[in-house]
This record gives sequence, C-alpha cells and structure tokens, in this order.
Amino acid sequence: MSAIQPPAQLVWWKQPIHKDELFWIVIAFVWCLVMFFMMPYWHVYGKQNLSSETYRVKPALFQKAAEEMVAKHTVRTETDEKVPVVHPPAGSDVFLIARLWAWWPILELEQGKTYRLHLTAMDYQHGFSLQPENINIQVLPGYEHVVTITPNRAGTYAILCNEFCGIGHHKMVSKLYVK
Amino acid sequence: MAINAAEFRVCPRTGLQFHRSAENLIKANAVAAVVALLVGGILALLVVLTRWQAVHLIDAENFYMVLTAHGLDMLAFWVIFFEIAILYFCSSTLLRSRLATPNLGWVAFALMLGGAIINNVAVFKGDSTVMFTSYVPLPANPIFYLGLILFAVGALIGCFIFLGTLVVAKAEKTYEGSIPLVTFGALTACIIAIFTIASGAIILIPTFLWSVGYIHYIDPLMYRLVWWGFGHSSQQINVSAHVAVWYAIAAIVFGAKPMSERVSRVAFTLYILFLQLASAHHLLSDPGVSTEWKVFNTSYAMYLAVLASMIHGLTVPGAIEVAQREKGFTKGLFEWIRKAPWGNPVFSGMFISLLGFGFLGGISGVMMGTEQLNMLIHNTIYVPGHFHATVVVGTTLAFMSITYFLIPTLFNREMILPGLAKWQPYLFGLGMGVFCLAMMGAGTLGVPRRHWDITFAGAALPYEFPGTAWLMLAIVGISGLVAIVGGVSYILITVGSLLWGKRLDAGAYSTQSTVLRMPSVALTGHGSAGFAAPGTFVFALVFLGAFVLYYFVNWKYLSTVWGLS
Repeated sequence: MSAIQPPAQLVWWKQPIHKDELFWIVIAFVWCLVMFFMMPYWHVYGKQNLSSETYRVKPALFQKAAEEMVAKHTVRTETDEKVPVVHPPAGSDVFLIARLWAWWPILELEQGKTYRLHLTAMDYQHGFSLQPENINIQVLPGYEHVVTITPNRAGTYAILCNEFCGIGHHKMVSKLYVK
Repeated sequence: MAINAAEFRVCPRTGLQFHRSAENLIKANAVAAVVALLVGGILALLVVLTRWQAVHLIDAENFYMVLTAHGLDMLAFWVIFFEIAILYFCSSTLLRSRLATPNLGWVAFALMLGGAIINNVAVFKGDSTVMFTSYVPLPANPIFYLGLILFAVGALIGCFIFLGTLVVAKAEKTYEGSIPLVTFGALTACIIAIFTIASGAIILIPTFLWSVGYIHYIDPLMYRLVWWGFGHSSQQINVSAHVAVWYAIAAIVFGAKPMSERVSRVAFTLYILFLQLASAHHLLSDPGVSTEWKVFNTSYAMYLAVLASMIHGLTVPGAIEVAQREKGFTKGLFEWIRKAPWGNPVFSGMFISLLGFGFLGGISGVMMGTEQLNMLIHNTIYVPGHFHATVVVGTTLAFMSITYFLIPTLFNREMILPGLAKWQPYLFGLGMGVFCLAMMGAGTLGVPRRHWDITFAGAALPYEFPGTAWLMLAIVGISGLVAIVGGVSYILITVGSLLWGKRLDAGAYSTQSTVLRMPSVALTGHGSAGFAAPGTFVFALVFLGAFVLYYFVNWKYLSTVWGLS
C-alpha cells in the first residue's frame, strides 16, 4: 500500500525514472506544444478567428444606432410584431440587439460579402447562437462586440439564445437570411 | 505523544489508524455529501426527463429552478463535502496523526451544512433561478449568495484544518520521510481549494452586497472572469482529489507503488501552478478580453496542466500494471488488466472513472478549451456533456469507488447487496459515458444548454432542429436513466450498509499512536532500463491517437464555417 505510505526512499527525487514514463512525458509535451501553436497559427493562416474589438456602450446609444440602420435599410417586416428585416449594404456596420426575449432586428445579408456585426445586450447576458452553422458568441450588457463576418453559404439561418436569461429564454429565437 | 485519552484505533482489516475526532468528522462530511447527492440525483431525474424532448416532463419555470438546484447540490455540495472528508482522511488517517482543532472542524461542518441548506431554500423559494453560475445582472435572493458564502467559509476552515494537521503530524513526528503521494495529491487539492474559495469570496461578497442594494453595479465581464476563478477552479480541486483517490485505490487494491514518486509529484505540482488559468476557458467567446490573454490562459501556459493529467493517465494504470506483473500476471501486454478484479467495485469504478475522465472529459475539454474551436460549442449542451464526463464519470465515480472501501474500514459495517455493488460502477459509469457522448453529439448540432424547449413552442420565428438532435436527446434521456439507476444503487448500498450492514470489529481505542514507518521492502524493478508498463504505454498511445484525430477533426469543421475576424 505504497502510494498511501511515505516513499520508500528518503531521497526519492533522485530515483531514476522508467523509460516508458520518460517517452510518454516527451510525447505528451510535444503534443501540448502542437496544440498550443495551433492557436497562433490559425490567427495567421485560418479564416475563423473571433475578433476582440470591444467598446463600452450605453444601451440607449446602441439602440439609436440600430434604429438608424433599421430606418435606412428595412426591406420588409415579419411576424405579427412587424419585426423589420434589414438589408444593409455590403461592408457596412450592422447592429443586432439582444434583449428579453428577442433579437432585433432581422438581418438579411449577402453571400460572400463582409459585414461588421455589432452585438450587445440590453438587460441580462445572452448567447448569440447561429444555427445550423453553430457559431456561438457571448453577448454582455454594457459591452459592444464588433465581429467581422463573411457568410459563405446562402440560406435561412436561425439565431438562438444560448445563455440562460430568465423564464422566456427558450422563446428567444430569430432568423437571419443570406441571399 | 501528549494525548492521554483513548483516541486512536487501528482498523483490524486494513491496518489504518483512525483518530476518533477525525473519524467522526469524516463520517459527518461523507454522510452530508451523500445526502446532497441524493437531493441532486432526484433533481437530475427531473432534468433528464425534461430535456428528453419527447417526454418533456416539467414546466419551464420549474425546470430552470430544478436545474439551478441540481447544479449547486452536485457540483458544489456533494463534491466539496466529500472532498473535506478526503482531506481529513488523507491527513489524519494516512499520516497517523491527531486531527488539528477538531472543534473548529465541527464549526466548519455547521457552516457548510447551514450554507448548503440556506442556498437550497433560496433556490426552492423560486426567486433565485439563476443557474449555478448566477451571472449578473440576473438577480437572485440575497440569501442565495449568503448560503454560498457560508458554505465557502466552512470549506476554507476545513482546508486550514487539513494544513494544520500536516503541521501537527510533522511536529509530532507521526511519520518518517516525506508525506505519502496520496496526501501530496490532497495537499494539491487543498492549495487549489484555497485559491478557489478566495476567488469565490472576491466575487460573491460584492454580489451579495449588490443584491441587497449596497453596491450599484457589478460589471458582467468582471463577474465572469472572477467567478470562473471560483467555478472552474473548483473543478480543479475535483481533478486533484480524484487523481489522489485513483492512486489511493491502486495502492489499496493492488498494493501498487507509484512508478516514480518524482514524476507523479511533479505532475501534481503542475496542477498547482497552471490549472487555475483555466477560468479563461469560459471567456473564449466573450468580448472585452484580448486574444493573447485568451490563448495563453486557455492553454494553461502551454498545456502544462494537460500534460500533468496525461502523466497521471499513464502513471496510475502503469503503477497497477507494475504491481500486477510483480504478482505474476506477465503474459503478453494485457494479462495484468484482463486478470484485474473487475468484480470489485472499488477497482472497477476507479478504472472506469480513469477511462471516462481521460477519453471523454479530457479530450473534449481540450478541444473546447481551444480559443477558436470554442465558438463551435460555447454554451451548447456539449459543455455539460464535457463536464459530466469529468465531474460525474471522473470525480463522482472515483468517490463512489472509495466509499466501498470506506464502509468496512471507516464505518465498520459489512457492505450490503454485494451483488448490486458489483454492477453499480458499470451501470453508473457506462450510463453516464453514453449520456456524455450523446450530449456532445447534440451540442455539435447546436442544441443549447440550460434550455427548456428545443421546439421553441410559442416563439414567432421558431427553428427546427434536425431529427438527429432529437435522437441524441432521447439517448441522453435513456442513458441518463441508466446512470440514475446506478446512482440510486450507490445510495441504497451506502445508506443501507450504514443502517443494516453487519457490524464489524472496529478495533479498540487506545492512547497509543504508532509511527508510520517507511516501507522496509526495497523497491524492485523501479528505474530499470526497460519498459516497466508496456501495456499501459500502448493504451496511452491509443489515447493519444484518439486525441489527435478528434482535435484535428474539429479544426476541419471550423474551417468550413463562416469567415470571422
């Protein structure tokens, strides 16, 4: 019963170690380094890296920016609540509000074009979850996160909320169109 | 020894020496842990039967409340009560020392128990449905935070009693040489626990003050950063504690010696140095923290804590292999494991815990802890899939296994239902293993965590998940039920044994405390030029193969999604 007893030698740290332990430590460490360097590598050569561009923001100011975008670029409305569907020009700044329990407005983007998507939450924390693409980003109140996105496939997408935000959390779902 | 009362007994079956005060405290903490597990388990049944979309048992409000309580009762109260018991066992019992300040131990226990009860009351009142994470500004009843703070203070006192006992043992020379490896592992857990509880205090005390109106604003990102210093680090206590339990079981069942004290202890030290950085894992898809910060911290510097786990993954089964080979199970690469006592739940549970923790929890954890890959699963049900593999298959099953050893030696009762006990680790471990895989499958399809209804009934613009997601959730439901049967069996066996198990000879209490001498047998075969554990080495390479494959499959998947920069 030795692992629950003191080591057999007083100077146990000088005991030589087995070959299999040594080989495994070397192999495992090399693998650890590979995994570590994959992350900077992808920042240089990969096309999917989450931006860290962030600003502190007051909800009212963000709301105003979103409303200006909606006033300029709404193409139609959907649902009984008449949620505006916005078709902003390629390359422009696009604002998406997360609040209890809706995403506002609905976005209509173009395939292969790049947009600066601004995300913030008006009240609690929310989770931007683009399906079925499965891109997931945390959305925090007080922080404006600017993510540059390039939709690469046309289709109708859904935006779910995947951060628990109260009793209506599971009804917080919207659409996003890529033409 | 300056103690005159008859305070020490030696267990006639194991030769372990128990100090009466420590013994009572270990019992109290272990029993409180099992009660928390029972409550959490009942809640688990409700959660599982609701997330199984075709069954969808309870309504939304109750679901979110029950899920909050399930997380706290399991992840905080069951695990930490048991860990305090382990700390007392690894210090007082393994070092043959009296426990330092046992009266304070009861204060700690009362604080923890009171805190746990207050916290549960807050949740079941219905105004603290904030999940385990209680992210601000989602509001909870002030006593929700107060309960957690009291519990944490109690646990902190427990940690210092452990450290005090190490000092007492050293001063009173109750052992020769260095502390045993298992105690070293417990010390690792204790150091991490102190860091963890400090982080918890730093964030929960202001949040409590915010909830009663003394503080105007808590920054949500700062909350997430500091809270995860508590939330993730508490899982690192679990890792250190259950790895220590693995070593203990290898020693108890096989008489296994560590392959190398130096390697195993360095691996534990890597945990102390690097595991804490992992609070970054939870902020990888957050705004406001820089990319460099994310990359460095999420990798625990350069995956040095992963390295430590990979080392333990070799050295724990390796120690068993060496011990088995010394007993003559030397045929081929794998006779040692084929002829292991698979019918002994102490061993089978521990080994399933090791495999599940490594293959399911470890690989998925590193994948999701990779800065860019995290976006693919952040806040999906993949995340609970991962941590059920680490905390349930890994920690909980390891703790269950050691319980089967503690019933006769600590509680002096013969275990009832030995036939059921034989199957319990398989029911629980394999049920939970499938459960985790199915959750990860559903998460890969985008199914969110902490979500009552993936049909989005009542929403204006619902999303339709593919049929596979439904299938995955059905598998989650069925395998979850199998695991719950395993959990019920555990509670039945442990509680039943304490109540109705045949009393065993406890050994008389005496004033004598014997010194723990270093093993006199010279170690054989250690430090040889060859491979001491070739079978384990092959297992390790299989593990690495699975790891590399899964890791790069996910990068491939990432390369197909929308461009992001």
